[in-house]
Amino acid sequence: MAIYLQILSNGLMLGALYACLAVGFSLVWGVLNVINMLHGSFIILGGYLTFFAWHLYGIHPVVMLPIVAALMFALGFTLQKLVINRVVSAPVLTTLTLTFGLDMILYNAMTYWFTATPRRITLDLGAVHLGSVVLPVDRLIGTGLALAMTLLLYAVMRGSTIGRAIVAVRMDRSAAELMGIRTDRIYAITFGIGALMAGVAGVVFATVFPITTNVTGIWLGKAFVVCVVGGLGSVPGALVGGLVLGLVESFAGHWFGPQQAITAGFVLMLVLLLTRPTGLVGVRGYE
Amino acid sequence: MRSGFPLYAAMVAGLLILATTPLYADNYVVRTAAIVAMYGALATSWNFIGGFTGYPSFSTAAFFGLGAYVGAICQRNGIPMGLAWAIATVTVAGFAALLGGIILRLRGHYFAIGSIAVVELCRLVVSSWSSLTGGGDGLNLPLMAWPPEQLMRFFLFVMLGILLASLIATILVDRSRLGFGLRCIHQNEDAAAMVGINTTAYKIAAYTLSAMFCATAGAAYASWTGYIDPTDSFQIVMTVKVVVMALLGGAGTILGPALGAAAFVLLEELFWANFLDWNRAILGVVIVLLIFFLPGGLLSLGVLRRLRAATGSAKAEGGK
Repeated sequence: MAIYLQILSNGLMLGALYACLAVGFSLVWGVLNVINMLHGSFIILGGYLTFFAWHLYGIHPVVMLPIVAALMFALGFTLQKLVINRVVSAPVLTTLTLTFGLDMILYNAMTYWFTATPRRITLDLGAVHLGSVVLPVDRLIGTGLALAMTLLLYAVMRGSTIGRAIVAVRMDRSAAELMGIRTDRIYAITFGIGALMAGVAGVVFATVFPITTNVTGIWLGKAFVVCVVGGLGSVPGALVGGLVLGLVESFAGHWFGPQQAITAGFVLMLVLLLTRPTGLVGVRGYE
Repeated sequence: MRSGFPLYAAMVAGLLILATTPLYADNYVVRTAAIVAMYGALATSWNFIGGFTGYPSFSTAAFFGLGAYVGAICQRNGIPMGLAWAIATVTVAGFAALLGGIILRLRGHYFAIGSIAVVELCRLVVSSWSSLTGGGDGLNLPLMAWPPEQLMRFFLFVMLGILLASLIATILVDRSRLGFGLRCIHQNEDAAAMVGINTTAYKIAAYTLSAMFCATAGAAYASWTGYIDPTDSFQIVMTVKVVVMALLGGAGTILGPALGAAAFVLLEELFWANFLDWNRAILGVVIVLLIFFLPGGLLSLGVLRRLRAATGSAKAEGGK
C-alpha cells in the first residue's frame, strides 16, 4: 500500500510539471492553429538560462523565474511577429515545417554554445517524510511553482481583457476581428505566453532533471501527449492531461518497467486520438 | 500539349546522371548518389499521401524502420536477400493498410500527431521486444563479402531501382482514377465523398503506397549498412526531412519530391563538409527561406515549371 502512495505522489508531482510544460504548447496550437516544434528547445533554453545564472553568478532559480519568463516572452513575441505571422494561416504542413526549421537553428545554436553535456542544479534541500512517503523538497518546490504558474495563467485567461481576447480569437477569429480585436497582436501575445510557459517549465526542470539539448524531442513529445489527452487550447485541458499522463507514467513504470512508461503514454494518446479527439475535458467543435 | 515528354526526358536524365557516377567518380560520390536515390524514393513515396492527398503524414520513418527490421530478421533466419526485401515490402504495406484504416479517420493536426506517434511507438516496441529485435543492442546482418566498390555500385543500382519503381507508380497513379480521386480529397474531402469517391479506400490506398517503397528502401538500407538499431531506424528527424524534401521540390508534382531530395542531400553534404558546427542551423535557415520565398517548391521556378505542367493533372495541385 505504502508503495502505491509513493507512486501516486510521484505521479502527481510529475503531472504538475507536465501540465506546466504543455500549457503553452496547447495554447499556441489551439489559438494560432500552429504546432510549435520549437517548444522543446524553448524549455531547454529556459533551463540553460537558469543553470548558467546559478552556476556563474549564484542567482537562485526562484529569482531567475520572472527574468526567464520576461526574456522568453520577448523572444516568443518577436518570433511570432516577425517570422511565423507571415505564414500563420497556411496549412499545417507549412507552419509545422517552418517551426521545425527554426528549431533546428535554435537547437544548433544551443548545442554549439552550451555543448550537450547534461547539467543540473542541485539544491540539496533534503526531503519531507509523510508516513512512509518521501517527498524531496526541491521537487515539491518545483511542483508548487509549476502549479502556481499554470493557475496564474488560468486566472489571466479568465479575468484579464487580454485573456478574454485570446479566448475570443480561439473560438472564432473572424468574429473576434469584427469585435475590434487585433488578431495579429493576440497571436504574438499568445506565442509569447507559450514561450514564457516553456521557459518557466525550463526553470523548474533545471532543478529536477538534467538539462541538455538531447532531450528537447522528449519534452516536445510529452507536450503532444498532454495536449491530446487533456484537450487542446485550454488551461484546464493541459492540467488534466498533465496529471493523467504523470499518473499513467508512474504506474506503468512501476508495473511494466521504466521503458514502458513512455510507451504507455503514447498508447494512451493514440487511443484518445481515435476515441475522443477533443481530449478528456475538451469541448466539441473546438478542434 | 499534355505530352509528358519533358517530364520523361528529365526523369531519364536524372536517373542516368546518378547511374553513371561509378564510371567517373570515387566511392564518396557514388555513395552520395545512392543516398540521393534512397531519399528520392522516400520523398516520392510520401508524395502519395502528403502531396496528392494533402494529408500531413509523418510516418515515413516508421515504414522505413519496420522495413529495415523485417528485412534484417528475415535475412538472419537464412532467407535470401532479395526475398527478404520483398517480404519486408509486403508486410509493411499490409501494416500500413491496417494502420491507415485506423488513423486516416483523423484530419489535419490530429492526423499529423497520430502519424508522428506511430514512429515513436514503433521505435519503443522494437527497442523493448529484445527477443526478436535485439532491443537497444540492434541487429547485425550477414555481411556481403564483396569489395567495397562493387558493394557500393550494387546498392546504388538497388536504390535507383526502388526510386524508378516509385516514380513509375507515381505516374500511373497520377493518370488513373485513383490519382484524380486523391486530388479531389485534397481539395475538399467532404465534397469528394459526396460525388461518390470512396474516400476511405482511396486514402488507405495512398497511405499503403506511401509505405511500400519506404519499406523496400529500409530493408535494402539494412543489408547495405549491415547493422541496424532502433534509434537509427526510427528517426523523427528523418521523417521531417523527407517532408521538407518533397516540399522543396514541389509537393503533389511527379518529379518534384525526387528533385527536392537530390537538392537537399547535396546541400546537406555541402554543409556537413564545410560547416561542421553549424550544419543543422544552416539547414534550418534553408527550410525557413524555402517556406517564405519558394512555397511552391523548386518546380514553381520559371524554367522548371514545364516539368510541372508536363502531365495534365498536376495543375490540380496548388488548389489549396
